[in-house]
Amino acid sequence: MTMQVSLQHRFAGFALDVAFDVPAGVTALFGPSGSGKSSVIKALAGLMRPDRGRISLGGQVLLDTDQRICLPPHRRRIGCVFQDDRLFPHLTVRQNLLYGRWFSPDKGGVSFEAVVEMLGIAPLLARRPQTLSGGERQRVAIGRALLSNPQILAMDEPLAALDEARKAEIMPYLEHLRDQTQIPILYVSHSVSEITRLAGSVVVLGKGRVLKTGPVAEVFSDPNLTPWLGGVREAGSVITAKVAAQDGDGLTRLDTLAGPLWLPKVDAPIGASLRVRIAAQDVMIALQRPDGISALNILPAKVVALRMGDGPGAMVQLRLGEDLLLARITQRSAVQLGLAVGAPVFAVLKSVAVAPGDIGAPPITP
Amino acid sequence: MPDWFSPDEWRAIALSLRVSAWATAVSLPLGVLVAFVLARRQFWGKQVLNGLVHLPLILPPVVTGYLLLLAFGRKGLVGQYLDMIGVVLAFQWTGAVLAAAVMAFPLMVRAIRLSVEAVDARVEQAAGTLGASPPWVFATVTLPLILPGIIVGSVLAFAKAMGEFGATITFVANIPGQTQTLPSAIYAFLQVPDGDGQAFRLVMVSIFVAMAALALSEWAAKAVARRISGA
Repeated sequence: MTMQVSLQHRFAGFALDVAFDVPAGVTALFGPSGSGKSSVIKALAGLMRPDRGRISLGGQVLLDTDQRICLPPHRRRIGCVFQDDRLFPHLTVRQNLLYGRWFSPDKGGVSFEAVVEMLGIAPLLARRPQTLSGGERQRVAIGRALLSNPQILAMDEPLAALDEARKAEIMPYLEHLRDQTQIPILYVSHSVSEITRLAGSVVVLGKGRVLKTGPVAEVFSDPNLTPWLGGVREAGSVITAKVAAQDGDGLTRLDTLAGPLWLPKVDAPIGASLRVRIAAQDVMIALQRPDGISALNILPAKVVALRMGDGPGAMVQLRLGEDLLLARITQRSAVQLGLAVGAPVFAVLKSVAVAPGDIGAPPITP
Repeated sequence: MPDWFSPDEWRAIALSLRVSAWATAVSLPLGVLVAFVLARRQFWGKQVLNGLVHLPLILPPVVTGYLLLLAFGRKGLVGQYLDMIGVVLAFQWTGAVLAAAVMAFPLMVRAIRLSVEAVDARVEQAAGTLGASPPWVFATVTLPLILPGIIVGSVLAFAKAMGEFGATITFVANIPGQTQTLPSAIYAFLQVPDGDGQAFRLVMVSIFVAMAALALSEWAAKAVARRISGA
């Protein structure tokens, strides 16, 4: 099932004009605050009526301003998870979870037991929302949305209100959700690391417009989008790798298409596929394979694109086998090395530069 | 127990309880609706509605009673049409219900309106996205969440109706067994020599009912609030 979205709306001092598709899998809607992400979610859920727009979901038209169609929220069957969990305070966790099921036209879909199991909320069922932690509440909110048998799940910054520890607690559940359900998921976030861990494709919003759409690895390694993707410090790329060996000295060897990559111990079985986010500022570029250097990871690459920044920096997009890698270096280095598109180089990466939170399981490709 | 009171006193007590119960029950649905509209909706004339609701609180009760007589008397604006279909309110116990309901209405609406304003509208939106139509959202989310306000508003209205005097005596007079409520009876006993003893007994009843109503509303509202907050 695919959702097609096209929206135009004028706010005071801000115009929203977007069009994009949400295919199966996880699609991230990415952009800084004020880029229009929340308005898009509101319009999808039917909580806001845009000036013009059309939203269709698997052949059903939810909104078409030209035809004067605008289904009310309760007839759209879009499961919403909000930044604030919005649980019903007067109901128990179990009653919260079953609320949407009661109104759902078809009683099939995911089973109650499966959702409770997947989100690890079985011990909470008899409790009331006020007695739960932020992370637990958000898991219940996700379960509640899922159990309403939605045709699509829209998650509006579900982790934004949580601290780092709670985010880390929920992330694996979101990965389960992605891998175990067939429902398309629109995941709104301004966190590059959340999106690189979860999403297959990404829609980048900026100032009310779609700047780029495409697979996560491709979009995030586009040097021209760096200013929109949280700036140079947030810039980074995603590569996929397989766990090859757990070495005795606490390092894990990952195999990429371009060669081996050693990282501090990754808790995953041998053979497991992983996605690793590599920040652009942790990548160095050398013309010859460096010798006598502490960095363990030296991979042959090719320059694909080069973008000089407004300041002293430059973004270099490299191709390693099938993967794209982003390196942030100074313009002076770029000139001294004589970097040009097509030049063969070596990408150098310190093993300890990759944070554990930047490693996750890739989506199971359908 | 009945021999504690003379038949006259007993009639007044029973009538007051009946009038107050009816006044509360009849005005409750309208009270919830008006409170909801005032708390949530923006519309032309909102301040007029708000003023009308609150008018009985500030007007002298005798004025409210007289206005009721003008409107609902047998020749009144509305009364003449009610008369045609056989409904007479003036000088009937049903008229006492109307007077008590009108006088108690502002208290009821204020209490319920406060609780509606305390409900997080985003939680109601969430219920909508889960497939609940607006009437269902109201029944399954809004109503349970404003229950403490409804209880407090109802009890306040009941207590106010028990004590209503000015508008009632103006609109429906003071007919023993018909329209002589507790306060009217106290007033009547005080007008006759040696009536002090009877008046005092009814005063005690009034105080008891008022205290019991307040205690009940506090207890019920707390119990419901505890259930909602889950503490």
